Amino acid sequence: MSVAVAEPVETLAALPGVSTASGVAAAAEHAQLTGRVLPVLPELRRLLPSAGLRRGSTIAVRGSVSLLLALLAEATATGSWAAAVGMPDLGLVAAAELGVEVSRLALVPRPGAEFAAVAGALLDGMDVVAVAARGAAPQEARRLSARARHRGAVLLSLGPWPGAEVELNCVAGRWTGLEGGHGYLRERRVRVQGAGRGAATRPRRADLLLPGSAGAPAAAPPEPVRELSLIQEAG
Amino acid sequence: MHTSTACSPADPGPTNGAKGPSVSTVDKPPRMLVLWCPDWPAVAACLAEGAPLHLPAAVFHANRVVASTAVARAAGIRRGMRRRDAQSRCPELMVFAPDDDRDARLFEPVAAAVEELVVGVEVVRPGLVAVPADGASGYFGGELRLAELLAEHVSHQVECQIGIADGLFAATLAAHRSRIVDRAGAAEFLAPLAVNELDQPDADRAELVDLLRRLGLRTLGAFAALAGRDVAARFGREGMIAHRLARGLDERPPHRRRPPPELTVAKAFDPPLDRVDAAAFMARTLAEKFHGGLARHGLACTRLGIYATTEHGEELSRVWRCAEPLTPQGIADRVRWQFEGWLRAAPDERPTAGVERLRLAPEETVEGNSLQLGLWQEGIRGLADEHGPAAERAGRALVRVQGLLGPDSVVTAVLDGGRGPAERVRLVPWGDPRTPQSPPDMPWPGRLPAPSPATVYEQPLPARVLDAAGEEVRINRRRELSAPPHRVAVGDGPLRDVLDWAGPWLVDAHWWTPGGDGVRTRVQAVLAGDAETAVLLTRVGGASPQWTVEGVYD
Repeated sequence: MSVAVAEPVETLAALPGVSTASGVAAAAEHAQLTGRVLPVLPELRRLLPSAGLRRGSTIAVRGSVSLLLALLAEATATGSWAAAVGMPDLGLVAAAELGVEVSRLALVPRPGAEFAAVAGALLDGMDVVAVAARGAAPQEARRLSARARHRGAVLLSLGPWPGAEVELNCVAGRWTGLEGGHGYLRERRVRVQGAGRGAATRPRRADLLLPGSAGAPAAAPPEPVRELSLIQEAG
Repeated sequence: MHTSTACSPADPGPTNGAKGPSVSTVDKPPRMLVLWCPDWPAVAACLAEGAPLHLPAAVFHANRVVASTAVARAAGIRRGMRRRDAQSRCPELMVFAPDDDRDARLFEPVAAAVEELVVGVEVVRPGLVAVPADGASGYFGGELRLAELLAEHVSHQVECQIGIADGLFAATLAAHRSRIVDRAGAAEFLAPLAVNELDQPDADRAELVDLLRRLGLRTLGAFAALAGRDVAARFGREGMIAHRLARGLDERPPHRRRPPPELTVAKAFDPPLDRVDAAAFMARTLAEKFHGGLARHGLACTRLGIYATTEHGEELSRVWRCAEPLTPQGIADRVRWQFEGWLRAAPDERPTAGVERLRLAPEETVEGNSLQLGLWQEGIRGLADEHGPAAERAGRALVRVQGLLGPDSVVTAVLDGGRGPAERVRLVPWGDPRTPQSPPDMPWPGRLPAPSPATVYEQPLPARVLDAAGEEVRINRRRELSAPPHRVAVGDGPLRDVLDWAGPWLVDAHWWTPGGDGVRTRVQAVLAGDAETAVLLTRVGGASPQWTVEGVYD
C-alpha cells in the first residue's frame, strides 16, 4: 500500500517548485545550521515558513508585545544580537522571563527624527532589529525592509508594516490565575495567526500560552469542546 | 591642504552634549567626612607660643587679619581688617605673623589622631582633613557615630567640627556648620548658601565670586542653575570647576588620572572639513598620532573627547566613553561617526560651516597594562565574555547610533533586585560596565510573581478604579482595598468592567524619607472589552493618592 502512495508523491515532487514535507523540513534544518535562519522557540516554529527568523526577511507582529519578545528569545539566547528602536515602554523583566538574553538586547528608546537612520545603522550590525511600526513612514519602511534584505538582518516590526513577508497576528484569549481577589495572573491563551507573501502564503496558526506559567510561552493544551463552542458563538 | 598640529590650551573639561534621559551615575562624588579645626592659623600660633586660647589672638599678613580666635572675633575682629583697626577694637589682642610651616607642623598630630581611627586621611590644608566616609561609617556603625567618635578623639588636642556630605566641597561647608548632609542631598544643601563660599582659602576664587555677585548670582543655587555650557563659555575652566562644586559634584570625577595636556592632539584644516569622507581620511592620521602619543606615556584612552570648531566659531563637542582602551582604529571610527552625526544632523542643528579645527583630548586614561586586552579584542566595547565577530559588528553599529543621538541614547538593561517591574530594570549606556547593584535572585517581599507585564510605561497612565457603588477604591488602615474593584477607566478612556482581579501586593516604598510616597499598592485586573486586557494597577500613597496603570500584560 505504501508503495502505491509513494509513487505519486515521487512524481509530484519531481515537478519543479514542488517539494515534499520531509524535504521542506530538511531544508529548514539545513538553513538553521548554516545560520541563514535564526532559531525561535519550538512553540513558535510552525508559525514561520522557515521555522525561524530567516535573515533578510521582515516580520510584522500585531497585537502582542509578548509575542515580539518571544520571537527574540531563542535568537538572543544563542548568541545573536538584537536591538529595539523606539519602544520606551518595553517590559524588560517580562523579556527576561520569556527567555530573552537582555545583555544582547540593545535599546534605543528615543530615536526621534533619526528613526530611519538609527534603524538603518542597526540593521548593518545587528542580527535582529525590532522597531515600532508607528515610527516609520511607508516610504522609509520599504527602504528599511530593503536594507534588511541586503544586509541579511531580520526586521521585526511591532504593528503593521508595508511589505512584510510574514505577518503574525495575536488574538488575545483568556487569562487564568485570578480568582476574585486571590491568585495572580498565571497564563494566557492566545491564538496566533500567520499570513504573508511568497512561501508564507499558506495561513498558519497556533494556540499558545503566552505568557505561560513561568513566563516562557508554551503550547496550549486543547480546549474543552464546550468552551470552544461558546467562543465560536461569541465570535 | 595646509595642516598644522599644535598642543591645545587648557582643556575646557568634559562637556557632555548628550540628549535624552540621563541614566549615568558617572559623576557621583564619593561620600566624604571633613574634620575642620576652626581658625587654625590663630590656634596654631597660640599653641606654638604657649599662649592660652581664651585670650584674643590674630594672625596678620600684609597688615591684614587672616585668622583670629573665636574670642577675638567676639571682640569685633574680622578677616581683612587692618592691624591698627583691630588693635583699637581690642587692645589686648595678641598679634602673630603668618607661618605656614608652623601651621602644618602643629596640625600633623591632629591628622595622626584622625588616622588612628580611620584610614585614607588626606590633609586638604592645615586645619582641614578629609576622609572617605563610607568604609569607616560602616565599621563604626553609622555616620553619626563615626563623627562623634572622631570629635571626641581629636578634641583631646584641639577643638574641631565635623561634616559629612557627598564630595569634598560640600563636606567642607558641612563641617563649617557641623552638619551631616544626606546622601545625594549635596546640591540641595549648597543651594541656599552664599556664593562667597566658593572662595575657600586655597582656591583663589575671589575675583570669580565678586563677578558672580555683581551679576546678581548671590547663592550657590543660583549659580548652579546656569547651564554648564554657558558657564564654560563665559567663565572658562575656573568657572566650570566652581560650577561643578556649586552643583554638588566633585571638582572632577573621582579616581581619574589627569592626563598631561600635551597628549591632546589638535589639527587645523584649510579648507575646512565639510564632508564626511574627508573627515574620515583625516581622522585616520590624527587617530594614529593621538594613540601614539598616549602609548609613549604608557597610557591608553577610555574616554575620548572630540572637540571641533567651525569656520563660524561654533564649538562642537562630544565625549565618548568606552569600557576598554581605544585602538587607533577605534579612535578613527569614533571621529568619523561623530562627524557623520554633526554633518548629517537635522538642518537646524547642523553646524553652519565646515570644521576648521579638530581636537582630540584624552578625557580619561588607563595605565598601559590594561592595554593587554587589546591584543584579543581590538578595543571593541562589548561584554567581557563576548568577543566574537557578531559582537564586534553589533558593537560598531551601536557606537554608530551613539554618534547620531549621543552616548546615553543607546542602553542595555541590567536586571537588579527590586519589587516593581520598573524598579527591577536599570538601563546602562552602551559601553559602561554592566554590574548588577543588588542581587536579583534574593527574595523580595511584595514582588509580583512571574509573568511580568510586557509593557511597562515609562510614565504610568493615570486611572480611575471604582467599586460597585461608583466610589473610588481606597486602601484602608488595615491595608486592604475598601471594596473590590468593579470598573476601571484608563486615562481618558471609557469605564471597563473588571472581569477578575487579584491583590493587593503592598510595598512600603521609601517610608524612611520625608518625601517618600508611603505604601505602594499593586492590583492585577483583567478588564472586559473587545479583547480581554490584563493590567497592573498601582496606587501610589502619599499626600494625594492616585491609581495608575503601571503596565499592561500584552
